[in-house]
Amino acid sequence: MKRIYFDHSATTPTDPEVAKLMLEYMTDKFGNPSSVHAFGREVRKALDTARENVAALIGAKTNEIFFTSGGTEADNLALKGIAFANRKKGNHIITTSIEHHAILHSCEYLEKQGFEVTYLPVDENAMVSIEDIKKAITDKTILISVMFANNEVGTIQPIKEIGQLAREKGIYFHTDAVQAAGNYPIDVNEYNVDLLTLSSHKFYGPKGVGVLYVRKGVRLDSVQHGGGQERNVRPGTENVPGIIGLGKAAQIAKQEMPSRMAHMTALRDKLIKGIQTKIPDIKLNGHPTKRAPGNVNFSFRYVEGEALLLNLDLKGIAASSGSACTSGSLDPSHVLLAMGLTHEVAHGSLRISLGRGNTEEDIDYCLEVLPEILERLRAMSPLNATSPAKECTLCSHCH
Amino acid sequence: MYNDKVMDHFANPRNVGEIAGANGIGEVGNAKCGDIMKIYLQVEDNIIKDIKFKTFGCGAAIATSSMVTEMCKGKTLEEALEISNQAVAEALGGLPPVKMHCSNLAADALHEAIKDYMQKNGK
Repeated sequence: MKRIYFDHSATTPTDPEVAKLMLEYMTDKFGNPSSVHAFGREVRKALDTARENVAALIGAKTNEIFFTSGGTEADNLALKGIAFANRKKGNHIITTSIEHHAILHSCEYLEKQGFEVTYLPVDENAMVSIEDIKKAITDKTILISVMFANNEVGTIQPIKEIGQLAREKGIYFHTDAVQAAGNYPIDVNEYNVDLLTLSSHKFYGPKGVGVLYVRKGVRLDSVQHGGGQERNVRPGTENVPGIIGLGKAAQIAKQEMPSRMAHMTALRDKLIKGIQTKIPDIKLNGHPTKRAPGNVNFSFRYVEGEALLLNLDLKGIAASSGSACTSGSLDPSHVLLAMGLTHEVAHGSLRISLGRGNTEEDIDYCLEVLPEILERLRAMSPLNATSPAKECTLCSHCH
Repeated sequence: MYNDKVMDHFANPRNVGEIAGANGIGEVGNAKCGDIMKIYLQVEDNIIKDIKFKTFGCGAAIATSSMVTEMCKGKTLEEALEISNQAVAEALGGLPPVKMHCSNLAADALHEAIKDYMQKNGK
């Protein structure tokens, strides 16, 4: 059976060129970059090259790049590192209600440590308002953290304007750019960003490695302590194969950026238009134009997301959903609820995230099978236009 | 995540639909939780002659709905009332633990439909 991967926001396949290079740094060039001898030195040199490639991808300097174990660690380091280093200045952090859990749960932890966090609402397109940020700023605000592109609905926030505002107010600005970096052009200077999180496996690099960009001069505490690597910001023997792989993936991403963007945007718009033409009772989730190039997210009324995913899987298509059943909790996606979707509509969401390997034929195949699946599931559903879902009564099974 | 039997009932659900003139209808769950099951019964001489279901929900919700219809067809109402959610899950060869609580409601829907029939018929 034909198999189509439409879940690139979850992870991407490692580029074979990247994997090949990584293997070399596990077998032949296995030295510890901190060692003085030739084994160490050759690896140190390769790490420097990787750092240059990552810096070039986001317009940073090499001494502003700190390698971590991934996006989650970089987010934790950014929030806790800024909070604890700037405690004397203030204890207030501004973020949004649609961040990744690496941000939200770090904020909840900081609240327990005496910090105050404002979680800004978003509009129906998952967009944050600059005015809301302005209003939330107090003389105690030390950090604003707003994600670049949302992982579920793809909405791209007004990062440049938020950065400008933060700069004027003398507040640090962090952006979780895990979904954008490598797939969307980013320049930390153009966007006025002080700290930025990126993750290798979202752009054809290996899993288990990421970066926190920290602008020179930013006061940041380290979260872990050890042998002084990454200039004490993130000590621990470097994940050499991972970092080398990330560096290569960053180099390829920079080269391919214009074609990658054009390819994915064209496929995305074809799929969105096709679904809108072929399937009734749907809602496009996320901003219609300011959205990540590979992101397609729809709610299909009267059906539940997991049932939709399983049916697509039976047809060879791998996608994802914001339904409760797939979020591992009893509630559907916090992002969809923050956008004002009802539970029923949120449960019926489907995210298709495209990658550079997808083709027009993949989109055509999806547009062929998706309407059939929906027709079948809707025929099975007790809900429809004349018999819509009732308001939730506090039933025994979920409360 | 799901075993082959669950996937079979999910992909090829038995007894989907409505019964025109059903003499017992039961519904449980709600859209907030992401599961709604509706059971339609045709009871004759205290026996479930026909049963159909409509379900909004995940794979487990659809599979358990399908399974419960097979389990109770031809049974007396008393026998059908003894079918538990647990028994439905077991008949399917088990469900993932996370689904046992939230999507294993098919027997409840059946019991609601039987109660509806009994009320309507003064039993």
